[in-house]
Amino acid sequence: MGTREEMLAMLRMMMMIRNFEETADKLTLRGKVSGGMHNSSGQEAVAVGVMSALAPDDVIATTHRSHHHTLAKGFSAREVMAELMTKATGVSKGRGASMHLGDVARGHFGGNGIVGAGMGIGMGAALGIKLAGDKKVAVGFVGDGGMNTGRTWEAVNMAAIWKLPLIVVVDNNQYAVETFIERVTAGGDLPKRASGFGLPASTIDGQNVLEVKDAVAKARDFALAGNGPTFLNAVTYRYYGHNVGEKGQYRTLEEIEDWRTNRDPIDQLAARLFADGLLDQATFDEMTASVEAEIKDAVEFAENSPNPDPADVMLNVDSGKLRG
Amino acid sequence: MASEPTYSEAYQSGIREEMNNNPKIFIMGTDLQERGGHFAQVKGIAQEFGGERVRDTPISEAAMIAAGVGAAMYGMRPVVDLNFMDFALGAMDEIINQAAHIRYMFNGSVPLIIRATSGIAQAGAHHNNSFESFFAHTPGLSVAVPGTPWDVKGLLKTALRADDPVIFMMHKKLTGMRGPIGGPEDLVPFGKARIAREGADATLVTYGYTLIPAMKAAETLAAEGKQVEILDLRTLFPMDMDAVIEAVKRTGRMVVVDEAPLFASITAEIAATASEAAFDSLKGPIVRVGAQRAPLSADPGMVEATIPSISDIEAALRKVLSY
Ligand SMILES: Cc1ncc(C[n+]2csc(CCOP(=O)(O)OP(=O)(O)O)c2C)c(N)n1
Ligand SMILES: [Mg+2]
Repeated sequence: MGTREEMLAMLRMMMMIRNFEETADKLTLRGKVSGGMHNSSGQEAVAVGVMSALAPDDVIATTHRSHHHTLAKGFSAREVMAELMTKATGVSKGRGASMHLGDVARGHFGGNGIVGAGMGIGMGAALGIKLAGDKKVAVGFVGDGGMNTGRTWEAVNMAAIWKLPLIVVVDNNQYAVETFIERVTAGGDLPKRASGFGLPASTIDGQNVLEVKDAVAKARDFALAGNGPTFLNAVTYRYYGHNVGEKGQYRTLEEIEDWRTNRDPIDQLAARLFADGLLDQATFDEMTASVEAEIKDAVEFAENSPNPDPADVMLNVDSGKLRG
Repeated sequence: MASEPTYSEAYQSGIREEMNNNPKIFIMGTDLQERGGHFAQVKGIAQEFGGERVRDTPISEAAMIAAGVGAAMYGMRPVVDLNFMDFALGAMDEIINQAAHIRYMFNGSVPLIIRATSGIAQAGAHHNNSFESFFAHTPGLSVAVPGTPWDVKGLLKTALRADDPVIFMMHKKLTGMRGPIGGPEDLVPFGKARIAREGADATLVTYGYTLIPAMKAAETLAAEGKQVEILDLRTLFPMDMDAVIEAVKRTGRMVVVDEAPLFASITAEIAATASEAAFDSLKGPIVRVGAQRAPLSADPGMVEATIPSISDIEAALRKVLSY
């Protein structure tokens, strides 16, 4: 389960992500976020559970909805917020915005504008790790919608035949835009699909950060022991629309309210820590205040940062080495 | 005397030397280990380097390229061998959206080579596409189109020592072509065209297999007293536009030939750029020769009707020589 410090750190990270997303959502509505964004509120436990089980130099590759993964991976609220506003101080130096957060040098192989593409890159990173003989793993995130792209299963198959140190994490918020997963998923059961490729596959409670962390820790050990990939279907829920501003009719307000009030990942962990005597009100209030200050500072930092210099538009298109 | 190596053997030689020098280089693709690839391009390499470094993959083009992209980002130097360039279509997102765009956004390089045999030979519409222009069109990609064994080896070595995604297109009809190859440090730079034939009266710009019909056409014109210079581009991106422009200034007459559909092609790029840069040196319009914009038929007569013939090239040369 972890020490008190670890648990409080997980709680604080989830609170930070929530505050970040709700703040960024408002900024997006005010036109401050270029190209809009995908809000991950409700899905914090998947990101924080996964990253809590990883070593800092493990690799991730992810999706269009990846603020939570990026923050949990250890990127600062400042640099993620700055990236949303395409500032030169952002994660991707202002070239990516919300969907394209990434920094290869820090083991973040990128968000992705293309559904299903990130997980395959994670699989490739796992191949790199294996060939280099390193003791690391790669995590490939994919959404429930991404479960129906053909390449997802090409990548799972390849990871399985080569026993790559890959953990496939389905950040399964049950909807792909307006499409409820059950409408489009033949067979119904994702781990059943995955286990056809001969790898351990299970569904986990994506609202329970400790369960996610445990499952990923096991998958990591399994991979480091040379046994290959694991498939984890983390069932979660997004509280907001697919993209900021969306007001869909494809799900009921009752459904949203039920997940928010009865299964919220932050409430659940906080309640448990209170019950176990690991958290008191003063500490919780102090955490809330410090998160608020952190995000406020991040927004100020982002707003005061410069945009990339348009003179650099041709910089890093390629290495230049082949152009003499 | 042992005969000179083939185009495929030149590739083997280059990859073997570089794999010996750099343990990070590995190859993956279908049917590489036993068969040596569909064009014998890696024949014997698996026997020398083992199955970890010459990996037989499932027929999963998207996963093959994704594996290459991720491994390259991690610091390895993968060569993904698609056998036929046509099969890239199953991995087009991985090539264009991923491999080509990562450096620009994510502070890392993607030293990935995608090798495939390309060009028009036989077997119909699914094995004879000419994709040069869309790869050259894509920011982030470099494109090599070697026309000789020497260039296969030298360009491959350069690509394997650089840091960028490279599309390495080898022409089907050159597979068995013999010629000299360089030694371990005879690298051929990208973006440097080669004068394949000297001549003062007109310049013909081409690359890859088309060098052969171009050379024949030049011989015919030589018999008529006209000397045609032939420029072999060797890489399409970077492209040696300086060499093209200098040639325009030298001869004032230019024909550009390849076997891709003429519309929106590499030949169009060359003609447009050279005209803009050296209009005053031209004695008349640059003439382009290419294929009709039709899928490739499997019938030999239909193929002939689709792609340029030697006499089409000769006619174009006669036209510019008439200015
Ligand atoms: C290849 C591709 N097809 C379609 C889209 C448009 N699109 C963007 S996100 C999305 C839904 C993805 O759903 P899911 O994988 O469940 O991720 P979520 O948005 O729920 O996090 C779609 C269809 C895309 N970006 N890429
Ligand atoms: Mg979803």
